[in-house]
Amino acid sequence: MPALCRDCFRVLEDAPCKCGGRVVRHAELFSLCLAHIDCDAFYASVEKRDRPELASRPVIVGGGTRGVVAAACYVARMAGVRSAMPMFKARRLCPDAEVIAPDFRKYAAVARDIRERMFRLTPLVEVLSIDEAALDLAGTDALHAAPPAVVLARFAAEVEREVGVTVSVGLARNRLLAKLAAGSDKPRGFSVLGAEAAQYLAPRPVRLLPGIGPAGAARLEAMGITTLGQLQALDARTARARLGEEGPVLVARARGEDSRVVRPGREAKSVSAETTFAHDLCGREELEAVLWRLCEKVARRLTENEVAAAGVTLKLRSASFATRTRAARLATPTLLPERLFEAGCRLLAPAADGTAYRLIGIGADPLAPGTEADPPDLADPSLTRRVAAQRAVDALRSRFGEGAVVRGRGLPRGSTS
Amino acid sequence: MKLKADRATLLKALAHVQSVVERRNTIPILANVMLAVRDGRLTLTATDMEIAIVEEVAATTSRNGACTAPAATLYEIVRKLPEGVEVELDHGGGDAPLVLRAGRYSTSLVALPIDDFPAMTAGALPHKFSLKADTLRGLIDRTRFAISGEETRYYLNGIYLHATESGGERVLRAVATDGHRLARVEEKLPEGAGGMPGVIVPRKTVGELRKLLDEVSGAVEIALSDTRIQFHADAVTLTSKLIDGSFPEYERVIPQGNDKVLRVGKKDFAEAVARVSAISSERSRPVKLSLSHDLLVLSASSPDQGTASEELDGNQVTYNATPLEIGFQARYLNDITDQIAEQVEFRFSDGTAPTVVQDAGDDRALYVLMPMRV
Repeated sequence: MPALCRDCFRVLEDAPCKCGGRVVRHAELFSLCLAHIDCDAFYASVEKRDRPELASRPVIVGGGTRGVVAAACYVARMAGVRSAMPMFKARRLCPDAEVIAPDFRKYAAVARDIRERMFRLTPLVEVLSIDEAALDLAGTDALHAAPPAVVLARFAAEVEREVGVTVSVGLARNRLLAKLAAGSDKPRGFSVLGAEAAQYLAPRPVRLLPGIGPAGAARLEAMGITTLGQLQALDARTARARLGEEGPVLVARARGEDSRVVRPGREAKSVSAETTFAHDLCGREELEAVLWRLCEKVARRLTENEVAAAGVTLKLRSASFATRTRAARLATPTLLPERLFEAGCRLLAPAADGTAYRLIGIGADPLAPGTEADPPDLADPSLTRRVAAQRAVDALRSRFGEGAVVRGRGLPRGSTS
Repeated sequence: MKLKADRATLLKALAHVQSVVERRNTIPILANVMLAVRDGRLTLTATDMEIAIVEEVAATTSRNGACTAPAATLYEIVRKLPEGVEVELDHGGGDAPLVLRAGRYSTSLVALPIDDFPAMTAGALPHKFSLKADTLRGLIDRTRFAISGEETRYYLNGIYLHATESGGERVLRAVATDGHRLARVEEKLPEGAGGMPGVIVPRKTVGELRKLLDEVSGAVEIALSDTRIQFHADAVTLTSKLIDGSFPEYERVIPQGNDKVLRVGKKDFAEAVARVSAISSERSRPVKLSLSHDLLVLSASSPDQGTASEELDGNQVTYNATPLEIGFQARYLNDITDQIAEQVEFRFSDGTAPTVVQDAGDDRALYVLMPMRV
């Protein structure tokens, strides 16, 4: 069976490597070319890189006592800490964890560095999130003078050595299997899924499939379906009858089939900002004050990314952890914080009914090209001037810092200075 | 109540009132028309709580009284009755059904008591004036296409009617805009309108009024307050709430210095726009106007379907300014040219600035159009 040493990149004939390194074996190792690369506990790994003394300690990246876990290192995960878990729960599970406030700018810079390295392997890189990407390496053998498996092993070693964080690689015949493979052997993993995929998936729980969450799993379980094997056994008609429109797609996924191609350069679908309050808020004015700051943040990120908001999504999480989102389209795309704010306030108004909230967020979704933002509007004579004013504010802030200009709306209530 | 009326009279009145009734309705009584009989007159009333319409027709009445019945059903039944037949409506009062007889046909409709029927009161309407039906039609037709459907800017969902001054003359002005185009039409200020507040007449009211105006030839009496407007013509009274909001300061967006003037025959231009834009099924794709001395080239393209262009030369256009390229949505151009009799006058500034369009032979109407990127 073809085999490869992941540490010295030697192609082997099924024997352990002389260097004593980690060996990956698979019948299709040198013919598969779709890869999924996922950074391991990304934010936590970046922090550990910058503070080597934390290497063997549990590290949680997240905010305050009220926020959620943005990332937990593998040591913290052993204590049961998971990302998106409320911070108080994480602290209870792992009281000696080093909690670090997230520094998203730093993570974005590291992610950019890794992404640039990916594009040296193939132009077909689809960025899925800050720490995840799908790569299609078909036809790159000649360019790299090596099959994709070798190229990927070298890449993982290079990132570890030069960037200082570890990645897990999944290699398979399609995107779904590559993602599942990458997730199956974390951290520092290299996993291959070939023709045995359906067999491999059959005994596994339905939750393994991306897109089946707790609710979906509960629905399937109510029908007596708990493993992917049970889904695989359904024919298209039964699937549709029992699981609805999405049934046949679900069955195909359970069998490890996926026809999605890697689309490079796909940009972010939304830009958003959210915050968890130190104390629950319920007053409309208080919520709006926070919303305004978030709108300014989103507007700035939109401008930086040269995109505009064609719609707005408001997210609220109540003190009892019920999350509601409400969305609206905008008449024309915008980059102006006040237009985001107006739309956000309209969405907020019916929800500001005295309920206590712990989190508010606003997102621009869907996005439109930045060049289409805020076209002159015959019904809004002041728009052109407001666009010009915002550009001036942006210019001042980029030169003198965020606090150089503060809109009156952004000042604390009752402040006079 | 009991009455007899001929089918045609009843049908016409029902057609008017049933159109105000909302089809999808959570309050059952709002789907009904109120029928009230009193001494030789039948009064029909319908409302959606925003608009109320009242129409009076002559009938042979034998018992006074009132009831309400489903407007759409009643209209459908009467419409299907043979022409020329006499219709009898009979309601015994209380919870009794409304019985309709015509020839050998009879039907019994569930009626709801009139006590539950909402009354829309107009209150005091201090400003009263009268307009010729023709004039009112002109004000509506030349502005309504620009009314916005955008819910969040509710104050754009109607025609802004107000008294103002234009070229030293007192005028009554109608304005509508959706942000992409603006239509402004004015008529000599009628007597009594001098002190009227600026009001925004909702889109649905404009639509209902316009339908009624098709059958009116004389004058329309208009009365209004800050919150209500009432139109009365022939035997019909239409009362409507007004949109509570302030209309934008539209004068600021009307360009004053546009000096590149194109004149073109309405028919030549409209037909060329229609032919050229037929290449694209996507309505929002622009038609490009390329202008040079006495030459207008219209062109459009669609990524999937191809390209089209048409030239209008010195026989059809006059243009003496510097060459210009500008794009507009075809439908927006046609909406405007539909309202122009013979010669269209465009006044451009440049390819990205608002353009003024007018009927070269009539300066009472003015349109402003935002260009699209081409």
